[in-house]
Amino acid sequence: MSSNSFSYNEQSGGGEATELGQEATSTISPSGAFGLFSSDLKKNEDLKQMLESNKDSAKLDAMKRIVGMIAKGKNASELFPAVVKNVASKNIEIKKLVYVYLVRYAEEQQDLALLSISTFQRALKDPNQLIRASALRVLSSIRVPIIVPIMMLAIKEASADLSPYVRKNAAHAIQKLYSLDPEQKEMLIEVIEKLLKDKSTLVAGSVVMAFEEVCPDRIDLIHKNYRKLCNLLVDVEEWGQVVIIHMLTRYARTQFVSPWKEGDELEDNEKNFYESDDDQKEKTDKRKKPYTMDPDHRLLIRNTKPLLQSRNAAVVMAVAQLYWHISPKSEAGIISKSLVRLLRSNREVQYIVLQNIATMSIQRKGMFEPYLKSFYVRSTDPTMIKTLKLEILTNLANEANISTLLREFQTYVKSQDKQFAAATIQTIGRCATNIVEVTDTCLNGLVCLLSNRDEIVVAESVVVIKKLLQMQPVQHGEIIKHMAKLLDSITVPVARASILWLIGENCERVPKIAPDVLRKMAKSFTSEDDLVKLQILNLGAKLYLTNSKQTKLLTQYILNLGKYDQNYDIRDRTRFIRQLIVPNEKSGALSKYAKKIFLAQKPAPLLESPFKDRDHFQLGTLSHTLNIKATGYLELSNWPEVAPDPSVRNVEVIELAKEWTPAGKAKQENSAKKFYSESEEEEDSSDSSSDSESESGSESGEEGDSNEDSSEDSSSEQDSESGRESGLENKRTAKRNSKAKGKSGSEDEEKENEKSKTSDSSNAESSSIEDSSSDSESESESESESESRKVTQEKEKKTKQGRTPLTKDVSLLDLDDFNPVSTPVALPIPALSPSLMADLEGLNLSTSSSVISENVY
Amino acid sequence: MIHSLFLINSSGDIFLEKHWKSVVSRSVCDYFFEAQERATEAENVPPVIPTPHHYLLSVYRHKIFFVAVIQTEVPPLFVIEFLHRVVDTFQDYFGVCSEPVIKDNVVVVYEVLEEMLDNGFPLATESNILKELIKPPTILRTVVNTITGSTNVGDQLPTGQLSVVPWRRTGVKYTNNEAYFDVIEEIDAIIDKSGSTITAEIQGVIDACVKLTGMPDLTLSFMNPRLLDDVSFHPCVRFKRWESERILSFIPPDGNFRLLSYHVSAQNLVAIPVYVKHNISFRDSSSLGRFEITVGPKQTMGKTIEGVTVTSQMPKGVLNMSLTPSQGTHTFDPVTKMLSWDVGKINPQKPPNLKGTMSLQAGASKPDENPTINLQFKIQQLAISGLKVNRLDMYGEKYKPFKGIKYMTKAGKFQVRT
Repeated sequence: MSSNSFSYNEQSGGGEATELGQEATSTISPSGAFGLFSSDLKKNEDLKQMLESNKDSAKLDAMKRIVGMIAKGKNASELFPAVVKNVASKNIEIKKLVYVYLVRYAEEQQDLALLSISTFQRALKDPNQLIRASALRVLSSIRVPIIVPIMMLAIKEASADLSPYVRKNAAHAIQKLYSLDPEQKEMLIEVIEKLLKDKSTLVAGSVVMAFEEVCPDRIDLIHKNYRKLCNLLVDVEEWGQVVIIHMLTRYARTQFVSPWKEGDELEDNEKNFYESDDDQKEKTDKRKKPYTMDPDHRLLIRNTKPLLQSRNAAVVMAVAQLYWHISPKSEAGIISKSLVRLLRSNREVQYIVLQNIATMSIQRKGMFEPYLKSFYVRSTDPTMIKTLKLEILTNLANEANISTLLREFQTYVKSQDKQFAAATIQTIGRCATNIVEVTDTCLNGLVCLLSNRDEIVVAESVVVIKKLLQMQPVQHGEIIKHMAKLLDSITVPVARASILWLIGENCERVPKIAPDVLRKMAKSFTSEDDLVKLQILNLGAKLYLTNSKQTKLLTQYILNLGKYDQNYDIRDRTRFIRQLIVPNEKSGALSKYAKKIFLAQKPAPLLESPFKDRDHFQLGTLSHTLNIKATGYLELSNWPEVAPDPSVRNVEVIELAKEWTPAGKAKQENSAKKFYSESEEEEDSSDSSSDSESESGSESGEEGDSNEDSSEDSSSEQDSESGRESGLENKRTAKRNSKAKGKSGSEDEEKENEKSKTSDSSNAESSSIEDSSSDSESESESESESESRKVTQEKEKKTKQGRTPLTKDVSLLDLDDFNPVSTPVALPIPALSPSLMADLEGLNLSTSSSVISENVY
Repeated sequence: MIHSLFLINSSGDIFLEKHWKSVVSRSVCDYFFEAQERATEAENVPPVIPTPHHYLLSVYRHKIFFVAVIQTEVPPLFVIEFLHRVVDTFQDYFGVCSEPVIKDNVVVVYEVLEEMLDNGFPLATESNILKELIKPPTILRTVVNTITGSTNVGDQLPTGQLSVVPWRRTGVKYTNNEAYFDVIEEIDAIIDKSGSTITAEIQGVIDACVKLTGMPDLTLSFMNPRLLDDVSFHPCVRFKRWESERILSFIPPDGNFRLLSYHVSAQNLVAIPVYVKHNISFRDSSSLGRFEITVGPKQTMGKTIEGVTVTSQMPKGVLNMSLTPSQGTHTFDPVTKMLSWDVGKINPQKPPNLKGTMSLQAGASKPDENPTINLQFKIQQLAISGLKVNRLDMYGEKYKPFKGIKYMTKAGKFQVRT
C-alpha cells in the first residue's frame, strides 16, 4: 500500500499519539496486542493522525481508506476510538463513512459505541428528514443491547414522524430491534399496528416486511388494512410489492373459502373442470350453494393483475404464485404468458422460473401447452437450464405433441453435452411410459441408440430400456438378444448390471442365450464391478432354478468365487443364495419357494417427475427451489371450510368510497390525482378533503373524517404521557354521546360511554364510531368529565368555522419538512386551549406536535 | 433479508464484502467455491446453494460472482433480481462493471450499497434517486471536490423518494429538449438441418433517451398495437391507459431507460432474414473433414444485413481447421474448439462463404453430432415484426421537443442445427 511510506514519515513526529493509540488498542482489543501486527499498527497510526487532524479533507481521506479496508475484509477495529470521535462531523460524507464504520464494528466495541449515541439522539431531532432517517438507521443498526430502550423510543417517535421516509426507516428499525431483543415483541407489534395504518405507499412495503418478520401470525392486524393494501399495491415500490403479495396470499388462504371446485384438484384437465360444473352443485351442500367469491378476494385478484406486466421478475413471480394459490383455476391461465416472458432474462432468473413452471406443469398441463416451443433447448443453454427445460417438456408431452417432441429429443440425444444427452434418454423413457401410443416407437428409438458410439448414451439407454421392458410383459426376445451382445463391448457397470438383470428375469424366453451369458460372466467375474457381481449371482440363481441341467456347475463355480470375494455384501449374498437354492439336508422350508422368491412378478418402476413432491411448498419461495423447508418458511394454510367473518375488514374509509363510487365516479378521479400528486402526505389530505366534498351532508361527512383521524392518532399515542391527548379522545366520545342522546348524558361515567358505543355501532350512521369509542375506552379512563364537556362545547363551535380552509394550508405544510411552524404549538402548557387542539387534531397534526413536545421535554 | 454480499472474481478471490446485519464470516463462501468446482463452468454454478446455516444466492455477470448470503426464507427471485439491479447500478455509475473499476471506486460502491439496502431490505434502487444521494464520480467532479472540499454525498432527501414519480427528479433543465426512442427487436430462432424453422419468436424492447425540461407527460401510440402480445413496462407507464386505449402514457425518467419490452404474438409468422447453407461432413476413414458454410439474405425487405458473425462450437475431435473465407476474418481456437467468423455486411449478389477442411484426431471415431451454428446480425431501420410508432405527443410543458425514433432488428438466440 502506498500508505506505508507515509507512515514512516509520520512516526517521528507523532510519538505522543502513538502512545495514546497503543493504550487504546490494548484496552479494547486484546487481539491487537499481538506483536505480529506491528507494521499494521504503524500504518493505522497514520490513519489515526489523519482522523485527529482538523482538516476535513484529511479526515475524509482517512475514512475512505478505512472503508476500503472494511470492504476488503481487513480488520480495522482498533481505529474505533479515533473514528467514533468524528461521528458529529459537519461534513456529511465523513459522517456517512463514520456511520458505515460504526455499523460494522459497534457490535464488537459496545462500550465505545455508546459515546456516539447522544449524537444520534440529537440527529433524530434534526429538521432534515434525511438526517433523521439516517440517524435512526445507524442507531438501530449498531446492535448494542444496552441501548434497546433508546431504540424503542426512537422507533416510536419516528413512526409518528411527518416524513414518510423516516417512517419507512422506522419500519426497518422494527426488524432490527426485534432481532436484537425479541423481548420487545409486544411493544413492536404496537408500532407495527400503527404503521400498518399508514397510507403512504413508501411505508407499506417496509411495514409488511416487519410484520412478516416479527408477528406473521397476527393476521388480525391485517384485516382493517387489507383493502387499503390491495388498493395501494400498484403504487408501492416493487420490492414492497413482492413482500405484500406474499403476505396477502397467506392472508387470503386463511380468510376466504376455496374458489376451486371439489374434485378439481385431482384432475388437471381444464375440460373436465368445466364438465363437472353440474355435479358440483349437489356436492357443495353445506357451503353457500353456488360459490360466490368474496368481493375482497376478487379485489386482491383484480388489483394484482396489472403487476404481471412489471419489469421486476420477482414481482411477476409473486403475482404468478398468488394466482396459482388463490385464484379460481380457470383464471390462473393468464400467468403463463408472463412467466414465459421471464425466460428471456438472465440465467439465474430462468433457473428459478423454470423450476416453478416445472411444478405447475405437473398439475396443470394445459397452462403451458401453447408455449411448448419456448422450452426447446438451445445448445448454448447452461446444463441446469437444459435439464429443467427437458423436465417441463416431459410434463407437457401428450398424445398430440409427442411426435414433434420425440423428433426434438432426437437432436438432443446427439448433443455434445453428454450429461444432457443422458437426461434426454431418461426423458424419452418417461414419455414412453406415460403415453402408451408411443411406447413402441420410443423403444425402437432407444434400441437404435444402443449402437451409439458414446458409452454414457448407450448405458443410459440400456437402463431405460430395462425399465420399459419391465413394464411390458410382451415378448421382446430380439431386444434382449441384442442387449446380450452388448455385454461384450459395454463397460459401464450400471448398464451391464441392467442387462444381466433383464436376461435373468427373462431367462425362460431366451433359453439359449442365458446360459451362455452366464458362462461368459463366470469367466470375467473377478474383474467385474460389485454391482455387476451381484447381478451375476442373481442371474446364476435364476438359471439354476429354471435350467439347472445346463447351469448347475456354472452357478456353483460362481458361488464359490463369490464366497471368497473381498466385498462382504457379495459374500453375504452368496451365502444367502447358496442356502436358498442348493438343496441340502439343513435347508429350511424356504428353499421350496426359491423359485417364487426369485422369479416373482416384479412391479414396474414408476418413472416420476422429480418435481412431483415440491407442490406442498408455496411457489416462488426458497423452500420450493431447494425442496427443503427453509428457516422461517411460513406454511400456506389450507382453505377454511367456512369463511371467517368478512366484516372484520370493513373500514370506514372504504365504506365511504363504496358509497360515492356509483354516485359520480369520484373514485376514478381521485385515483388519477393520486398517481401524480406531489407527495403522499398531500394525497392523504386531498383524499380526506375530497371525501368531505363528495359527502352530501357536509357536517356529518366532516365528522366522519375527523373521527377517522382521531382514531388513528389515538392509537398512535397509546402511552401518551400528556393527558390532553386522551382528553381529546374523551371529548370526542363525549360529543358523540351528546349527539346520540340529545346532549344529555355526557356527564355520566365510563359505562355510559360503553353503552353509547354499543348503540352507536348498531347504528349505521358511521362505522368509525366503533373505532374511536373503543379507543377512548381503553385510554381515557382517568379523565375528568368537566374538561370533556368544555371541550365538547368548544368543538361544536369550531367545527363550523375554520376547518375547510385550514385543511389546504396543512397539506402544503406537510410537504415541507416539518419544523418551525408548529413549534409554538408544542409549548408544554397543560391548559392549551382546547379549540386550538381540536383544530390541530382534525388536521392530522397531533402526531407532529407530540414529536415536538418530546423534543422539549 | 439479504445478510451480506460478497463479490468474487473468476480466480476465486473475495475482493469486496458488505454486511447489512451482523458480520457473516467469509468462510461461508467455501461452500460456494465447492459448488463452483463441481460445476466446472461458471455458467453452471447453481444460483441457489444451501449451506448448514445460510443460503447463498448468486448471480454471475461481467466475470464476477455476486453472492448474497441470506438466513431465512425469502423469494429467491427477489434476491436475484436485486443483485442484478446492483450490477446495473454499478454499470450506470462507472460505465463498466469490472473488478478493477469496483476496487478503484470502493468508497462510492460502499456508499451506494449502504443506500440500496437497509437491514437487508431494498431502500432505494431507482438509479436517479441514488444519483442524487451519491453522485457518480466524474473527473471534473473529483477535481472540483478536491479544490472546494465539497462532497459526493447529497445532504437532502432526493425529491423522487417521496413523490409518486420516484423515477424522475424535479427541476430538470435542458437547453436542447430531445426524446429519442429506439425500437429494437431480436429474433430468437432454431432452424433445423434442412433450413426449416423449428421455433422463431420476436422479442422487442423500446429503449428511450429522454432529455426534457420540467415534468413532461408523454404519450406514444402505435400504428399496430395488436402486434404486442405480452408487454412489461417501466413503472412510469400508466397501465390503465394501455389496457383501455393501447396507448403508452407516461412521465419519463430523466435520461436512458427501458420504456417497454414486448413479445410479438406467436401466431404471427416470423420472417427469417437470413439463410445458412452448410455442408459439414466427417468421414470415418480419413482424418479430414469437409466444412463449408454460406450465409445469405432471405426476407430482408430490401435492407442490408450487417454485423454478421458466425460462431460454432466444434466437436472435441477436431484438431484444427484450415479455412478460407470469401470475406471477413475467421479464427479457430484449438483449445476451446470455438470457430468464429466475422463476416461483416452481406452482399446479396455475392453471399459470403467459408470453406475448407478440418483435421480430426487420428484414429478417433467421427463425432456423432454436427456442430450448431450461432448467428449474430443486425438490420438497421427495420422492425421485423412490422411494429410502427404512430406518434409521440407531449403534454404539460410548453416547449417543442425534438423527437426521434429508430428501428433495428438483431439476432437474439439464433441457432442453426446442422
